[in-house]
Amino acid sequence: MTTPDIIDTLAGIKPGSALDAIRAKRLQARENAQKSYLSLFEPIDAGGFSLLERAAVATFVTGLHGESPVASFYRDKLAASAGGAALLEAIDVEIARGKTSGPYGSFPAGPLSIENTAGLIYRVSADRKPGLGARLTAALEHAHLLVFRPRDAASSDMKALLAAGWSTTGIVTFSQLVAFLSFQVRVVSGLRTLAAASA
Amino acid sequence: MSATVNPPNVFTQDELGWVSWIEPLPEAELTERHFAGLVDRARAKSEYFRLLVRDPEVLEARTKTDKDIFYNVADGLPRAERELAAAATSRYNGCIYCASVHARFASTYSRRRDDVQKLLDEGVGADLGERWNAVVKASVALAATPIAFGPDNIKELRQAGLDDAEIVDVINGASFFNWANRLMLSLGEPSK
Repeated sequence: MTTPDIIDTLAGIKPGSALDAIRAKRLQARENAQKSYLSLFEPIDAGGFSLLERAAVATFVTGLHGESPVASFYRDKLAASAGGAALLEAIDVEIARGKTSGPYGSFPAGPLSIENTAGLIYRVSADRKPGLGARLTAALEHAHLLVFRPRDAASSDMKALLAAGWSTTGIVTFSQLVAFLSFQVRVVSGLRTLAAASA
Repeated sequence: MSATVNPPNVFTQDELGWVSWIEPLPEAELTERHFAGLVDRARAKSEYFRLLVRDPEVLEARTKTDKDIFYNVADGLPRAERELAAAATSRYNGCIYCASVHARFASTYSRRRDDVQKLLDEGVGADLGERWNAVVKASVALAATPIAFGPDNIKELRQAGLDDAEIVDVINGASFFNWANRLMLSLGEPSK
């Protein structure tokens, strides 16, 4: 069975609608946004980044963007994942602790320093670290950086992930997943806004 | 992973290099599965793509999404304004490398190099005329977290002359750079 187009589903785009026709003009983009989703959430090999971890990180990342059909979708996916129900409460609490407004962070020292903006440096609460484990703890902290203050990223952040048990390939897939969701949640939001403005 | 990195500290239209913080795959270890992920075989020369090709299926899908959003100009927004959306998003998120590439493309396709430079120098509040201002403002609103894109952005884009297909190109282009910026910023750094 073919998985229905996830962006169309989340944006509420019906076959035959005006936005369906517009999206059809960018067929390669539409099909490959779908393939991106499938290769991240139904991968050939989930060895370096388990399906449970993927669903947990996705729930956290989309939850940080606020309530939306996208956030609900990944939260349901986590709830339906083996072992996911046990993580839901912790992830929900961490979303609430991590919510803020971005992007913020620092530029390389120089003329741009006047644009530096301070903000939350999120860390998982000590209470929840044992339940989440070292890998997910490091992943949530890095995902928060990617969502809100990507310009703060430094080589030390890669070292922190490696030290927490992430492989180099696992880091690549994890970074792609967070970055892809940053795209997906915006496309869905933008298309919904456009559909509402045309109604 | 080269020894000498000379990171830029301003936004520029100059060509920059990019150096990975973690180990890309060595060129000699690339298989046909990896080349499929790279889409263009020449990308095997790039440290960035040899890092991303560690997950070839995701890279292939990402690359094809990117190419269609930016290069497929049938019935839609001119390439220059898609590049403007990419450059504005990168300026706002703080990706000096991505901004350099897409500011250059925006300059090339629009022949408005000074206006593009103004965006880099002054930031996303620079006055670039009604149509470009609407594209930049919409891109910035989409890049914010929580997302700030709303009906006013659609109204401004329409007033500036964009039809719905062109607005979808703005949404796609700006959204895509929230993907690209996060990879470029977090897996390595630019070097002059």
